[in-house]
Amino acid sequence: MENIGALAILLAFCFAVYALVGSLVGKWARRPFLTLSAERAVYSVWALLTAAVGILLYSLIKGDFRMAYVWATSNHTMPVQYKVAAWWGGQEGSLLLWSWLLSTYGAIIVFQNRRKFREMMPYVVGVLMFTQIFFLILNGFVASPFKMIAAGRGIVDIGDGQGLNPLLQYWTMVIHPPMLYLGYVGFIAPFAFAMASLATKQPGDEWIKTTRRWTLVTWMFQTTGVLLGMGWAYAVLGWGGYWGWDPVENASLLPWITATAFLHSVMMQEKKGMMKVWNMVLVSSTFFLCIFGTFLTRSGIVQSVHAFSEGPIGKYFVGFMAIAISGTVYLILSRLDYLKSESQMESVLSRESSFMFNNLILLAGCFAVLWGTLFPVISEAIMGEKISVDKPFFNRVNIPIGMFLLLLTGVGPLIAWRRSSFESLKRAFMWPALSGVIVSLGLFAAGIRSFYALMSFGLCAFVVVTVVIEFFKGAKAISGKSGSNLLVSMVQLTHRNTRRYGGYLVHVGIVILFVGFTGAAFNKDTTVELPQGGTMTLGAYTLKVVGFEEGETSNYSWGRPKIAVTKNGEDLPMMFPEQRFYFASQTPTHEIALRRRLNEDLYINYAGPGTNNSNVILQVYVNPLVSWVWIGYWVVLFGTIICLIPSKTRLVFPRTEVVGMARKQVGKDAENVES
Amino acid sequence: MSKNIKFGLIIAAILGTLGWLAAGGVKETASYYKEIAELERLQPDQKIDKRLRVGGDVELNSITRDGRDVHFVLVQEKDGVKRRLNVVYNGIDPLPDTFKDNAPCQALVDGKLGADNVFHATKLQAKCASKYEAKPVAPVSRG
Repeated sequence: MENIGALAILLAFCFAVYALVGSLVGKWARRPFLTLSAERAVYSVWALLTAAVGILLYSLIKGDFRMAYVWATSNHTMPVQYKVAAWWGGQEGSLLLWSWLLSTYGAIIVFQNRRKFREMMPYVVGVLMFTQIFFLILNGFVASPFKMIAAGRGIVDIGDGQGLNPLLQYWTMVIHPPMLYLGYVGFIAPFAFAMASLATKQPGDEWIKTTRRWTLVTWMFQTTGVLLGMGWAYAVLGWGGYWGWDPVENASLLPWITATAFLHSVMMQEKKGMMKVWNMVLVSSTFFLCIFGTFLTRSGIVQSVHAFSEGPIGKYFVGFMAIAISGTVYLILSRLDYLKSESQMESVLSRESSFMFNNLILLAGCFAVLWGTLFPVISEAIMGEKISVDKPFFNRVNIPIGMFLLLLTGVGPLIAWRRSSFESLKRAFMWPALSGVIVSLGLFAAGIRSFYALMSFGLCAFVVVTVVIEFFKGAKAISGKSGSNLLVSMVQLTHRNTRRYGGYLVHVGIVILFVGFTGAAFNKDTTVELPQGGTMTLGAYTLKVVGFEEGETSNYSWGRPKIAVTKNGEDLPMMFPEQRFYFASQTPTHEIALRRRLNEDLYINYAGPGTNNSNVILQVYVNPLVSWVWIGYWVVLFGTIICLIPSKTRLVFPRTEVVGMARKQVGKDAENVES
Repeated sequence: MSKNIKFGLIIAAILGTLGWLAAGGVKETASYYKEIAELERLQPDQKIDKRLRVGGDVELNSITRDGRDVHFVLVQEKDGVKRRLNVVYNGIDPLPDTFKDNAPCQALVDGKLGADNVFHATKLQAKCASKYEAKPVAPVSRG
């Protein structure tokens, strides 16, 4: 069985090499049949990898503990969903997941474009298969999931495996890695098309148009993955927060930042023919940051809470990135002539410049996070001393960046293309700015003194009011014509230009996220050791230890204090923070008790018994507004899905510099709908 | 003012501010990786100032709790010499579940070295060999 799995990976490797060579040779030697057979090979790679994955999953579920990977990540007592999740619970399996998703995307891309882009496709296949070969080398020769710890005919039984790391036995962890990987791997589509467009010296923006959906969908997966990771950290790790600027968290954030910058700056290329080189750079950086993120979590170059162990794998990643990045840089530099901008930045007060600043600030944030993450490595190389930086560093730099982005979120959509006058700005921004100031002043009067919190809430109000005005104005125009009510008109309005109004909804979601983040300015926490019957108070809550329970399941043993909670003297349901001890891995874990409310969460972690055994050590946190982080995510998701729905009116983007009069007229009409 | 100068000034202002914030952030939170052997050679004045980060193996059965404080011993072997470091942890964050002394575990502590040569850690990360990467055991073979 395991031999068939290993063989499937080997064969997939051969097919991938064939597809790479065949595709490119077929293109250069003008042999369309060779190219076609290379495309077929892409399907074969997918089929073979699917077979390998199937065998791995079967072994995990059945519990074939002769296999090293199964032994390390699975055991008898685990529920079946965690046995499946064990697929990505360890190094080898998660690399196989990468590889399999890549081959799946490859097959979909080839299938979708089987009659389109005959010029570009050979290069697209080339990029896909080059990456695929790299991951297959890892799967097949470096980190094979089919390694055996015992083989041979005499072996009857290997008792039981170690089981999946208990921290990972939580529902978000079952879907977090696949989501994040779907996002990571998916960015190969825009990247491959971008490279193919360069290789074939395409003059237009065909690659952007065809990959727009891909970009949005993968962005959605990345967002989901990052948020699920936060949700997991919050509910499982027990330190009361959702983001600790850990290297692995940062690694997942980096490509998200550049992808967000890319989503914005492609609009400049579509509408104005500007920033072409920049977009190439962004799409490439995003792709390489995805690879880099995988590298960071796999190689152990920076110490992290949840990095996998060190291994030889880092060298392979460095090699791959070195080759691929030099290829990309060469391709971009040699095609600069085809990437000339069609128009120029005209004024500081313009939509164009707001896009540029949005990109600048996102990239600055990305750089700061990257710099902070790699600081130990960099400082060791330059100063010979390994220095690490910590949460306050990241917060100090990224909070102002967040504020500025929030401001641009409100400003960008309202400011005119090309140039804007102070007069028109005053008209457009009077109400939003006024509401922002009123909110800040109101909160100040209510006794809030945190500078950033006041600023953040003010800016949130500012952005929300700009979006509401946009919807309202558009809907009013429609209802004036059609006579339908405002709500119906708003739906119609959104349907006319889903990208624009869906985008606004995403912005609202981001604002809600920021409201949640800002709550962290008011967090309270304490650690206490309490005897039975002891009480403590934090904020409005009073906690009393009223008992202790213990028990055992087949997977773990557990103990939990019973805690009676009152808020302002009013009784709330009992809370039971729990400590577990997993037998298979001999590891304790903590199941926090959490009372989620819209205004604040009460979060209790039972750290363990105190100095004398009947005492309990409790860590108690009151985290205001955290729920809004998760709500914000759903709004972002909803907005992104709206963006994916095709608009009712086809948009033609006017490019006054390049198109003739007749076309311009069409463009004007579209513009009226659009802005 | 020409528009290029305007753009230049704004960009410089933004990047300058961020650079300044970043530099301050580094100064405030930098902590220096040291080996236990290096700690012993530190000058007394350096001990108080710098935030340090030390890694090592958790000595078997060395963890004791004293109220909120957790005492344990880190061990680092270099050039055949075993060096030990007494650590007391009293940070806000709960101890990671991977931190234990009944199996080979590594810990990374962040904090300051006291004049008494006890390391006062405010942060702690731990990693156990068994957690992510299994060490294969001898198979049960009947043959």
